[in-house]
Amino acid sequence: MQIRVNGEPHATEAGDLAALCAELELGDAKIATARNGDFVPASSRAATPLQTGDEIEIVAPRQGG
Amino acid sequence: MADPKLTLYGESFASRLLLGTAGYPSPDILARAAKASGAEILTVSLRRESARQRTGQGFWQLIEELGLKLLPNTAGCHTPKEAIATAQMARELFGTDWIKLEVIGNDDTLQPDLFGLVEAAKALSNDGFKILPYCTEDLSAAERLIAAGCEVLMPWGSPIGSACGLSNRPGLKALRAYFPDIPLIVDAGIGAPSHAAEAMELGYDGVLLNTAIAKAGDPVAMAAAFGKAIEAGHKAFAAGLMEPQNMASPSTPVAGTPFTRADRAS
Repeated sequence: MQIRVNGEPHATEAGDLAALCAELELGDAKIATARNGDFVPASSRAATPLQTGDEIEIVAPRQGG
Repeated sequence: MADPKLTLYGESFASRLLLGTAGYPSPDILARAAKASGAEILTVSLRRESARQRTGQGFWQLIEELGLKLLPNTAGCHTPKEAIATAQMARELFGTDWIKLEVIGNDDTLQPDLFGLVEAAKALSNDGFKILPYCTEDLSAAERLIAAGCEVLMPWGSPIGSACGLSNRPGLKALRAYFPDIPLIVDAGIGAPSHAAEAMELGYDGVLLNTAIAKAGDPVAMAAAFGKAIEAGHKAFAAGLMEPQNMASPSTPVAGTPFTRADRAS
């Protein structure tokens, strides 16, 4: 299945958002997620199925002003 | 007599400097500058995490060790929808409901889109966020932000990163006069400690800055200088500044000046 992760094309077999994070080895990392522009809480990732064309954002803390 | 503490959303802080964390020469210099500044609130952001580089994980460790209050921002968001989703991600990531709300209207000036800002503030306020909006000195926008639930306003001094200082001093004074009981923080455009002191002398409650410290020749020393300037400006405002006047007024008593004669005008 073809999706986008952080703006880049990404092929995945992951069925849900939690599985995708694990596939990217970010399952245990300090991250937050969004799917198609909407925030997905960590507790809802496993219950968020992925579909072809989904646009996923995976973010982490960064320096800011 | 001004309050010695800065109180925002019920939390009190001894320092009136809010410090950004971006652009320092190294993580160690950021940590030392934060300590030297005395700041108790650090602004942070969130960005896309690469599985390969895991940049954010190291930064999180550094920030956790500093143990200061975190104020995540929505920098780079151009629409209310983006800002709302970013704020929600930030709340989970940083474990705080405080958000420095930015909705950018123009990429050259980085000025706030006040319409989008008010819209996002309404939605986030209903969602329980404590919003510190990056706004301008516009009074009607300020009124709408307060009506939307903002208990703090953060007007710009001048464009972000410009180091131009307070480009609309009368506007900032008017905002202060209109909202005497709302904490006001000058956010953005501060280039020198004198700019920060000037904001405090106008009666502002705090100053938020980043680049002027991060990009200084010696960020740690500059952080200390800003800390002192902000404290000095606050104390000066509390002490009551004299009003400027157009003509001179001798500070030394005139009576008894030697060699003067009553019949000779100067």
